Amino acid sequence: MNLTLKIWRQKNASDKGKMVDYKVNDISPDMSFLEMLDVLNEQLVNNDESPVAFDHDCREGICGMCSLYINGEAHGPDRGITTCQLHMRMFKDGDTITIEPFRATAFPVVKDLIVDRSSFDRIQHAGGFISVNTSGNTIDANAIPVNKHDADKAFEAATCIGCGACVASCKNSSAMLFVGAKVSQFALLPQGQVEATDRVLNMVKQMDEEGFGNCTNTGACEVECPKGISLENIARMNREYLAASIKG
Amino acid sequence: MSGILNSSIGRKFAMALSALFLMIFLLQHFAINLLSVFSADTFNEVSHFMGTFWAVQYVMQPVLIFGVIFHFVMGFVLELKNNKARQVSYAKNNGAANSSWMSRNMIWSGLAILAFIVLHFIDFWIPEINTKYIVGDMSGLHNGEFRYFHELVEKFHSPLRVGAYVIAFIFLALHLLHGFNSAFQSVGANNKYTKGMKTFSKVYAIGIPLGFIFIALFHHLTGH
Repeated sequence: MNLTLKIWRQKNASDKGKMVDYKVNDISPDMSFLEMLDVLNEQLVNNDESPVAFDHDCREGICGMCSLYINGEAHGPDRGITTCQLHMRMFKDGDTITIEPFRATAFPVVKDLIVDRSSFDRIQHAGGFISVNTSGNTIDANAIPVNKHDADKAFEAATCIGCGACVASCKNSSAMLFVGAKVSQFALLPQGQVEATDRVLNMVKQMDEEGFGNCTNTGACEVECPKGISLENIARMNREYLAASIKG
Repeated sequence: MSGILNSSIGRKFAMALSALFLMIFLLQHFAINLLSVFSADTFNEVSHFMGTFWAVQYVMQPVLIFGVIFHFVMGFVLELKNNKARQVSYAKNNGAANSSWMSRNMIWSGLAILAFIVLHFIDFWIPEINTKYIVGDMSGLHNGEFRYFHELVEKFHSPLRVGAYVIAFIFLALHLLHGFNSAFQSVGANNKYTKGMKTFSKVYAIGIPLGFIFIALFHHLTGH
């Protein structure tokens, strides 16, 4: 496959940045999208040009590092995957592919296609945890009975890998699917009840302070989420937040 | 509880509550308008009651006006905040791949409805307020007969006005197709009833505006 790539190039956080066109030839349809970018970078290095900076880590679809907006969609045109699991067979010979970083005020560009998603970390630090006494008399988590339905829902919420595709896809750059999942995974379990009120209030406060937008229920986040996190989690967070606000 | 309206979820909740209130009002407005198709006398009597009963005029009407203003102002505030959340736009964005046109364009369908409300107020509400509270005529009569039905029919003579009403109700349907169910999600109602609610919301979102279009066309075409 011979392709034309339109890639966002930005030297650093303060650079204005621009789209630059590149050609890559002899791309195998069995390559992953990131391997195709590796080929481009090898080509650029051989020509003494600066390689395109992009995030990646596990390349197994579980770490959520590869934050690319491809042809107008987070992680590209396939469903239920991260960018490393997007394969070139999804494209045709002669295609022009537009590659941009995830765009959100709360995800500032560091370089080229790499964005700073530490705003997600700060939301987690605000309440995405439970406190457990580890002084020697820790109670085994399995000793507390958990309703199977709730356990399954909590597990589904906990599969969120924090990649940020929800924010990137949302027309409002809202982080509510991410925060909804992180609130839900604890709210559904008995271990999460002790800090439930503070958790949701603090996480939503931090989310708002980071500059994410307001959810308008377009559902784009759910469609583009590589882990299929459900909108139910946003509704649950809304209920938790309203109850916590009344409780104070 | 303090400062709940300063939070993103609190604003969503307030937006949803005002939307649910306006949707109940719309149903009531539709039911009364529909009477005009079946009986001019009944329509006149109900209109006179609504136009003169103190609880409707001095309690429900101000609450309704507040609800409408609140919904629009909050809609604009949220739109501006959301625009700030992405200051650099995508060079290529395929919104249609993951969301409906209606959900992505609520501000535009909302603006079309706002324009319609201005026209509607000029057509009906301002003359009504003028007659009742400026001129001081609370009788509801014109030449010894109730004036409400005649005023309604007269307004729908003009094909331009009927056309504007039809276009406005199409935008209302588009707005409701996303807004109705979205309001339930915002107040935290996403459960085993959601599938049924989505079906009901489609019936409401298409049925009510279509009903209003029918009433406008009925009076325009029949002339009475």
